[in-house]
Formats: sequence, C-alpha cells, structure tokens
Amino acid sequence: MAGTLVGRNYTPPDLVAKVTGRAKYAEDFRAEGMLFTKLLLSPMPHARVRDIDTSAALSLPGVRAILTAYDLPDLDGQERALTNEPRYAGEPILAVAAVDELTAADAVERIQVDLEPLPFVTNALDTLRPGGPNPRLDGNVWGPPPPPREGAPPAAPPFETLKWTTEDFAEEAQGRLPMGKPAEEWSYGDLEGGFAASALVLDETFVVQSTGHHPMETRSAMAYWRNGKLFIHASTQSVAQTRGNIARWVGIAPEDVILICEYTGGGFGSKGGGAVSMSIPALLARKANAPVMMRITREDESYIGRARTNMTGRVKIGFAKDGRITALDFFIVQDTGAYGPLGDHRSAGNAASLIYQPPAMRWRAVNVATNTPPRSQQRSPGPMQGNGIIEPVMTKAAKQLGLDQVAIRRINSPEGKAPFGPVLPSGRRNHVTSAFVKEALDRGAALFDWEERKARAGKRQGSKVRGVGVAVGPHGAGSIGYDSIMTIRPDGRLYVQSGAGNLGTHSMIDLARVAAEILDVPWEKVEVVWGDTGKHLPWTCLSVGSQTTHAMTRANHAGAMDARRKLQEIAARDLGGSPEDYTVGRERVYRRDAPSRGLTYVQAARRAIELGGRYDGHDLPGDINPMTRASATALAGLGLMGVAKDNYGRDGVTYSFVIGFAEVEVDIETGSVRVVDYLGIGDVGTVVNPRSLLAQIKGGSCLGIAHALFQKSVVEPRYGVSLTDRFHYSKPLTILDVPRQMQADALDLPDPETPVGARGVGEPPVGAAYGAVMSAIADAVGEDVFRRAPVTSDIILMSLEHGRRMHEPLRMHV
Amino acid sequence: MSLSRRNFIKGVIAGGAAASSAAYLFRGAGSLFGQTSAPGSVERLLSLTVNGQTRRVDVLKQETLAMTLRYKLGLTGTKIGCDRAECGACTVLIDDVPHYSCSVLTHTVRGRRIVTIEGLEGPGGVLHPVQQAVVDEQGFQCAFCLPGFVMAAVGALKTNPNPTREELAHAVSGNLCRCQDYDKILTSLLRGAEYMRRTT
Repeated sequence: MAGTLVGRNYTPPDLVAKVTGRAKYAEDFRAEGMLFTKLLLSPMPHARVRDIDTSAALSLPGVRAILTAYDLPDLDGQERALTNEPRYAGEPILAVAAVDELTAADAVERIQVDLEPLPFVTNALDTLRPGGPNPRLDGNVWGPPPPPREGAPPAAPPFETLKWTTEDFAEEAQGRLPMGKPAEEWSYGDLEGGFAASALVLDETFVVQSTGHHPMETRSAMAYWRNGKLFIHASTQSVAQTRGNIARWVGIAPEDVILICEYTGGGFGSKGGGAVSMSIPALLARKANAPVMMRITREDESYIGRARTNMTGRVKIGFAKDGRITALDFFIVQDTGAYGPLGDHRSAGNAASLIYQPPAMRWRAVNVATNTPPRSQQRSPGPMQGNGIIEPVMTKAAKQLGLDQVAIRRINSPEGKAPFGPVLPSGRRNHVTSAFVKEALDRGAALFDWEERKARAGKRQGSKVRGVGVAVGPHGAGSIGYDSIMTIRPDGRLYVQSGAGNLGTHSMIDLARVAAEILDVPWEKVEVVWGDTGKHLPWTCLSVGSQTTHAMTRANHAGAMDARRKLQEIAARDLGGSPEDYTVGRERVYRRDAPSRGLTYVQAARRAIELGGRYDGHDLPGDINPMTRASATALAGLGLMGVAKDNYGRDGVTYSFVIGFAEVEVDIETGSVRVVDYLGIGDVGTVVNPRSLLAQIKGGSCLGIAHALFQKSVVEPRYGVSLTDRFHYSKPLTILDVPRQMQADALDLPDPETPVGARGVGEPPVGAAYGAVMSAIADAVGEDVFRRAPVTSDIILMSLEHGRRMHEPLRMHV
Repeated sequence: MSLSRRNFIKGVIAGGAAASSAAYLFRGAGSLFGQTSAPGSVERLLSLTVNGQTRRVDVLKQETLAMTLRYKLGLTGTKIGCDRAECGACTVLIDDVPHYSCSVLTHTVRGRRIVTIEGLEGPGGVLHPVQQAVVDEQGFQCAFCLPGFVMAAVGALKTNPNPTREELAHAVSGNLCRCQDYDKILTSLLRGAEYMRRTT
C-alpha cells in the first residue's frame, strides 16, 4: 500500500519540540512541594535482610518517608521494586523521600541494614556444576513453560534445581561447552542421518556477552496523587500497556493511573512495559503525601536498568559439498540474571531453524538464573545472540568448502512461507508470512560491490589486512489483534489516538499516515494524540520486538476502513442511494457517478454527532479491548468515529530480515579493528516511512557493531559486584567507531499477510551487523582467532602472536 | 562459596564498585519551591548570564551548572545522561565553547555567557540553522542526546564554519547516542553547517 503518504518521507510533528529543548522527558517535570528520593542498594549479590533500623534517618530534618519492601504489594514472586532478599549487588532495598537529594542521601547513610550473606553465583556454568551454589533459595534453572490452556493466562514456567555431573564437564578444558541434561529441548528430522550424509561437520562453541541497554534517559520517574488518582511521569516504550503494569505494581485499579510519557529517551527493550521501579515514587508519594521525583543515576541504571542475556552456545553443523546444511544441533546455556524467565534462548533456536532451513535440527537449552543484574529483552533478543554463535561457523564452513560467504547463506536461506521451529502439537511446523532473503542477498551483494571487496580481502598492506563478512539477521516483526480509534471532527481535522511509546522511530506516528491515506486527509489536517493515558488511547501493542509498524498499521487500517464505511452510510442516508454508491476523497464523501453530490468531512462529522449511535462512538464494536472501549466512550460525540479491532487474517508468523555486509580492516600489530564500510539491506515489507526505516537499519547496525567490537557488562565473580557501572567501562559505540558513511536500503516488497504490507524493522539489523562484522574479522585474520564477543584488540593480538586462540574459552564476564 | 561479611565488604571496596546510591546529589528544589532546605546547606546568590538574560540564583558551592540550569532556572532542555562527563547530553556553550555542564561548578561561570538549547532560537521562534537542519534531516530518534550534540556542533562551527565530515565527527565525538544512527546525525549537523554559511 503505497500512496501519497505511505512510502514517503515527512516531518513528524514532534521534531520542533525536540530541537528546541521543549520536549519534556520524565525528569523534566516539576510539581509543587516535590520531594526527592534516593535508593539504598544492596552491596551484596545475594543476602537476606534481617533487620532495618531507620530511626537515625527519620530523625533527620527534611526526611519525609521511607519505603521498604513491606510497603509493596505482593506480585506472586515476581520481581518487585524493593526487596528483602536482594539477589544481585545493586538491587534496591529501600527508598528515602526528603526535601532534597542531599538530605535523602544523608538519610540513606544513617540507615542500618543488617544483611545475612547468602551463597551466590555469577557464572551460569558454575551453578550447573556438581555442588555448585544456587542463585536463589528455590533453585537455579527455569524449566519449560507449561502448555497453554484455553482461556487461561499463560502460566509461569517452574523454577527448579538442575546440576550436571563431573563427566558432563569433561569437555570444558578443551573450551567446548559442556552439554549436560537440558531443561528444554525439541528436534525434528533425521539428525544423525544428516550428519552422516554431510561432507563437513563443524562443532564450535561461542560465548555471547551480556550488554547493558543503557538508554540515554535512565528510568527516572516523578509521581503525585490527586483526588485518589496516581499521576506519573515516566519513561516507557508503550504508553497503553504500561498503565496496567503500574496499577499492578502499585496495587490500584488501572483507571486510577494517569501515565504521561510523550517522549522516551530510548529503551531498546529495557522499558518495554515500563519499569517496576516506577512504583517507588508512586508509593513514596502516597506515603509522604507529596510529589516525589526519583532521579535514577547512570550507576543505578547499570544495576536496575536491564541487560541482554548472555549465552554460551555450541553448535554442530553438517554441510553438503555445495554448502547446504544437512543437520544442525544447537545447545544454549543462557544467563537470565537475578530474575526472569526470558525466552531469548527459544527465539535463538527458532531463528536458526528459519534462516538456515536445516532439514534436521535439534535445539537444547538451559535457562539459568545468576546473582547478576536482571536481564530483559534487548533489541533482537535471541536471534541476535544466535547470529553471534552461528554466523562465524557459516563463514568458517564457506572457507573450508571453498565457497563464497554470500553463496553459503543464499543456498540455505528461507524463501516465501518458509517453515521454522519445532513440530507443534498440531503435527505441523510454524511458517513465516513471507521471506525474500535471496533477493536481499543479491541486492546487497551488488550494492556493496561484494566481489570487488572480496578480491582485496586477506591481502596485507603494511600492518593492515582487510576482510569482508555477511550475515542474515532475522527477527519476529509484528503482532496482531490491537485496536484503533480515530475521529473526524467538525473542525475538519482527523484525530488519531496512538497508544504506542514515542521512541523516535516514528512508528507511533506512521500509523496515522495509513489512516490519513485511506481517508484522503491532507497530513496538515491530521492530529496524532499520544503520550498520556488521560487523552483516551486505544489498546496498543508493546513497542518492542519490531511490532508497532505491523500491528498498528493493521489496526489503523481497520479503524480507517470503519470511518470510511460510516462516511458512506451517512452520505447515502442524507443524499440517497446505497453506501456503495459513494466513495471518499479530498476530504469529501461523494457519489461515484456524480462527484459534485456529497458531503464535506466537516458536514459528515456534524451529521455523525447528530445521528449518534455508532457514528460518533456511542455504540461501540463488541470485540474491542476494555481500554479502547473506555477511551472511545470518553471521546464519543466529538465527531465521526472510526474504531475497530484488527481482525485481518494472517497465515503465518511475521518475521523481518536484514542482511548485513561489512568490510573491516584489522591492524595485526595493534589488534585494532576498524569497520571500513557497512551496508544493511532490509526485507521488511512495504516501506511506510523511508527515512525512519533506513535510520532503524543503520542505528540497529551500529548496536550490532558495538556488540562485535566493544560493548559488554562485567560482574566481578568473587564479590559479585558490577564493574561496568559507567559508560566508560561498558563501552558503547561513539561516532568515531563507525564508518564515516554507512549505507542502508530496503527491498520494499509487500508482505502478503497484512493489508498495508509493512513488517517491523527495529531488531533484525542488530544480529546482522554482529554476525557480519565478526565474519569479516574471521575473513581477515582467520576463523579460529576468537570464540567470544566482543572481539577486542587483545584477543586478536594475543591469538595472532601465539598462533593459537588465547582467550579463556568459557568464562563469562571478562 | 562462603564468605565472611568483613571480607566481603573489603572486596567490594577493593573492587571500587560499591553499590553507592549517593552518586549524583542535588539540593536546591527547596529554594525553588519555597521550602526550607535542611540545615547545613549554604547557598549563595549570584548572577548568571544565560541565553542573553541575567538570572539571579542561589547556588550551593558544589552545585553543577547542569543542576542549576535544570532545577533552578527551569531550562530542562539540557539533559543529564551520566553526570560524569562521559556522554555529553548536558553540553552547553560557555563563552562560545562547548562544555559538559554536569562537570562545571556554577559558581565558576559568573560573568560568562552561557547558551543552552533553549537559547538558540531566534526572535519569533525562528529555528537556528542547525536546529532547522536537524528537523529537515530528522537527525535524531529518541532525541535525549540531541541538545548536547546540537550545542557541541554549534560551538564547533563557531571556530570551523566549513568542516569536513571527518572534522565534524571529531567535534561531536564527546557525545554519545544510543539509538546510534550516527550517520544521519552527522549528515544533519553538516547540513546545519551549510545552512549557517548560507545565512551569514
């Protein structure tokens, strides 16, 4: 669906506020009598709070209230904002509200917390050893989730104890991941037959590091209560879906939460449905009977701000002579940190089965908890780690078989409604809605001058040697079933309610472009209403997992079609004939055979209000979410309302793909790596907003480059404390670390299973760049120089100097 | 693994990574909102020149310019991303030179010209050429780092109005972005340089 709006660049309505500093993020709000809070964080990675003495703190002038875990609602064992059993160093134990931060900090210093140290573990493998410590009192491993039951909410997976035997660890000394009893597994096809029939079998272990999300804006929040309602200024990726979470964390009804978040300073998955820490200022404000500002420092953020799950993966792949994979055996040990569970390991398995299309595959995994900061989904959770584990193996196989790197990916790549994942209880496997990976590989290879670059790779010039790499980054790219609300009002404008978060990707505005396109309203007359649950927003997907563009273009397509139908009905009622005799265009609904006969949108909006009922939102469809119903009811009578749930069919699961092409230059005297050039090609469906889409590809690529070369989270194993609590230590990418010009492009081939044709794009570029850059390094200096990321200068230098791989094979957190 | 508490705490100290919550601290909302600050705070009234205006403000001797701007002068366009001179989100101009305002004590900038992102717009809300370029090119995504990048670029363009892509990249290399389309950021700032040359 391309037209005058969809598929074209535009200037989103929030940019002037951003460039003038008027855009307000959570910490930019003030309230009369506002207090400040400071947190007391656990110095120990695992402990039990025996006693808290707050008397000296409470006697300090200016201290207004202290919040402890006892003040928080029980969340059925899920993570709460404060705890009496800290499970990682840096976990908040209590919070003090005072007239200013210095006083709050003074008070924190005066509080005596009696902590009983408990056993702890920071490395996932260590808790699986015979007699290894458990990170929690109730176990160390998440089991598989119970099968879903009809009509019941998904149940939490069990938390259990799993220990492997000494024999299981026998291969550890050789740097191979031990493979004891898995907690989860699936398989399909004839694995042994596949290996037996192969010309080459590779068995490789790879360590994927953890990385902090570190959005530029920390999870600061400010809250106050008015007339029994909680007003909270906070930072979230998803306005509509965070309201209910806050209500649960605070222990009140969702209707009593007014969440304001017009601008979100980054999230990358760490603020998916908000942050549990939001309940601290909310509950403190109630206790102190005053507004409370919670400023989260960068150090605080490194503890409570989430990180990617680290994975140690081992993969055994059989290849035929032409590079076609015959069998793939994948084992993952995943570290989910102090809380969980997370499904990155499952997504990694599904993604591997998708992008390499092995005829036989086994996936086994252990999802381990440790006493390290909690993990959450991070931009391409799972597939990206899988890219890191498997793509260097693909590059090694290409070299050993004498094949081209692009060719070996192409011959294995998914096409059309390609199957993926395990065999389901129905006896069938899932399949994607569409895949054009071969086209993307071809387009990319041509644009990147792949053959030319390949020809100069591996040749030394002075101390420098270049290499090229390619990788296929996949990720789920869209959900279904959400709602939209829009109104054409007597002022002649189209108001589109948007419940998505504003991360600056503009997907939360792009959805209104679809509505305006269908209703043929000029963009200057469209008002997008967003960022405040008091403004009556519809039930909206989480802005995570590359969902928004797909899910919300569908929902707004449905809402606009509803509005269009109502325009036709009103015209037929007033001017005669049937609704089908009418069409819409240029802000009018008019007879197809006599365009001069019709109503302007202004007239139609007035008529809708006069007619009432379903035309102006007084009667609503039965299938919309209760949140949408309440919002639509509040907006009823303001104009002609389009309101609908996305009931469009979909055959398959929506996935997007980005292919990364990288050229690197390695200095073999210093070990430093420079990314010379980079190209990302998207197979992401119809392009709705070209400029933002290419920005997503390039931005996601930079995150992948950072993971390949620099970024990491490190927890000191002996004392369990974080050593990367600053930007300086966690090493995010700077502008000097990326090529001076980067390239991106997209196929712009519509997905057949969604009316607008658009899929999401945020995640797949990350794994593509991660894999492509590491493949390029391998191409330049050899496939066996490294088996972990980030591939730092010292790893390259040490290994080259000694002629063999020198880094510690399986250690996490280095 | 068992560990005595004493050894544990020693280790934490040796590791230099004690989970301290007293990282960045601020006292001052009291005077802004008419409350009495706790005893012990010593504020001094001084005059600052911010965005062309003289502003009289009470500051603590250890107060940073970022906090004064944000919490006493209401200029929240200046962002704090790390409070440790690592990310550049708080960059402002002091006598035309970009500085991390999180790492400048307010009492040291008396009598100097401070310009924040709010001070770039011309009369009648006309955007500064660099601001206009960032809008035209959609230079940023979440835009939390935007004010810092723009101030760093505006400062750099004062001494080098015609920078190469490489030179401008170096000029803003003290600023971090996590959405990380650095390519488009640089393109938009270079466009800003072009707009500036055209207007002067």
